[in-house]
Amino acid sequence: MAKSGTNFFIKDMIGRPGVSSADRFFRATVLTGALSVLVITCVIAFELVRNSVLPIKKFGWSFLWGTTWDPIAEVFGGLPFLYGTLVSSILALLIAVPVGLGVAIFLSELAPRRASDPIAFLVELLAAVPSVIYGLVGIFVFVPWVRNFIEPALSGTLGFLPLFRGAPYGVGMLTAGLVLAMMVVPFIVSVSREILMAVPRSQREAILSLGATRWEMVRVAVLPYARSGIMGSIFLALARALGETMAVTMVIGNRPEIRLSLFEPGYTMAAVIANEFTEATGDLYLQALIEIGLVLFAVTILVNALARLMIHSVFTKVEVRE
Amino acid sequence: MIPGLLLRRRVTNVVMLSLTGVSTALVLGVLFFILGYITYHGISALDWDFFTKLPKPVGEKGGGMANAIVGTIKLLFLASLIGVPIGFMGGVYLSEYGRKNTAGFLIRYAADLLNGIPSIVMGIFAYTIVVLPMGHFSTVAGGVALGIMMIPIAVRSSEEFLKLVPATVREAGLALGLSEWKVVCFIVIPTAFRGIVTGIMLDLARVAGETAPLLFTAFSNRFWSRGWLEPTASLPVMIYTYAIAPYEDWHRQAWAAGMVLLMLVLGANVVSRLILHRQLKG
Repeated sequence: MAKSGTNFFIKDMIGRPGVSSADRFFRATVLTGALSVLVITCVIAFELVRNSVLPIKKFGWSFLWGTTWDPIAEVFGGLPFLYGTLVSSILALLIAVPVGLGVAIFLSELAPRRASDPIAFLVELLAAVPSVIYGLVGIFVFVPWVRNFIEPALSGTLGFLPLFRGAPYGVGMLTAGLVLAMMVVPFIVSVSREILMAVPRSQREAILSLGATRWEMVRVAVLPYARSGIMGSIFLALARALGETMAVTMVIGNRPEIRLSLFEPGYTMAAVIANEFTEATGDLYLQALIEIGLVLFAVTILVNALARLMIHSVFTKVEVRE
Repeated sequence: MIPGLLLRRRVTNVVMLSLTGVSTALVLGVLFFILGYITYHGISALDWDFFTKLPKPVGEKGGGMANAIVGTIKLLFLASLIGVPIGFMGGVYLSEYGRKNTAGFLIRYAADLLNGIPSIVMGIFAYTIVVLPMGHFSTVAGGVALGIMMIPIAVRSSEEFLKLVPATVREAGLALGLSEWKVVCFIVIPTAFRGIVTGIMLDLARVAGETAPLLFTAFSNRFWSRGWLEPTASLPVMIYTYAIAPYEDWHRQAWAAGMVLLMLVLGANVVSRLILHRQLKG
């Protein structure tokens, strides 16, 4: 109460004609800083569009579904990269969502507060590890490990599916998905945990008093209440996975082809920019790479915007009800 | 006798709850594995040359990454010149004037979106506004890319810490007849100062490990980078180039660099969380 009271007070002071010019100047100064956040975001979008006019004019929308990426013939189609980005990110989510939700449920419902906070801190440290470090461990540990154990095991048991056929290279979609999963788990955990903890006690007590077990409480009362927030955290993780560059570039194999098997090397939008940008000869080639950046930008902005709205909605719901 | 349905419910309960415990153990296991593995390989690879020598020509053994360490420090310095003032001012606006209005909402939203833009796209942006007009890669371009990446977190963390200053403190200042900007500058900001600095430290730690935005802005350099207009080496980019190169000795140095970078980043994280924890308690 006191907080909003002061707020009105401050607003009132500014609204009055007698406000000193020093106050107005100060407010204008900090507003400049705040507005530049908006301006920079818009300028980024503008610059990306401005610097990809050549391929936009030449290829139009077919840039998005063309499958040939041939810098020598100057034919640029981005579909293999879109496909690789999408498949590796979805694969990452398939692994990271159940694990991340498991951790969030454990931390919010089972672990005592004294253990929950330090563990949450450790999980967040995982998000602080630079992506090039994941790539380093990826190349020297996970690639051989996937080649020697995971892929033979998968093709032995699930080999009847076309997804798990082919020679075990180690580098490829599967490894990229695994490494990405490790990188996005902390985002799912930290956001979902906060959202689960924001679910009112009354929800839990009501279902427990009806004789539900702890798990039934989670499944019936807690998760549905937090659903849109959890979806938000998943979208947040998806946005991270889509834009992740270094670790993926180092383990995905970098081949611009669309293959059904997860064992095959692929390529992502971020990876092709990282690999070819400095070597791009000719304006069309360079601008085609910038257009890939533009597509990536558009996709991640969209996913992020959705994620933020979903997370926001849960917290306002909680505020209103309590 | 427990009836079948009840038994099944109890078993499901135990199984599912244990699975959540297993996932927690798994995630913590990954963290400790990465830390342990990097430390194990890094320590055996680290030597004094790493900190004091330049990289040796391709194929020769030995050498170090002194230029990359200095390069990373220079890049972080430039990044803070851009990220800290803008972020700090934005944070002050959001906490003092933008708590409930539309402008505040829009700016907060824009900051979150800016934070979500992939780092490689930031690299392209810095390339188009700095490298293209200048005609060559430079330390400044890398600094611009990292600086813009710092802004959203600097905004949000400054805002959070300023909001923690109790309303009563502001009211006390206003009641004494201080003008509003004096209350903010001399009472609110100093009270939140430690938190804000810690937030910025975390922010620096995050961009210190960024590789993608530097690949075609700061580029790389096997020698010392003089001034601010030459390309410069940096630790993350060195790790990347050395890790994907086919030389045994480069891999060794990549591990060493990886350990140094990881310790710096995680060290900054742990220290700042401890400071915050103590501040929130006391």
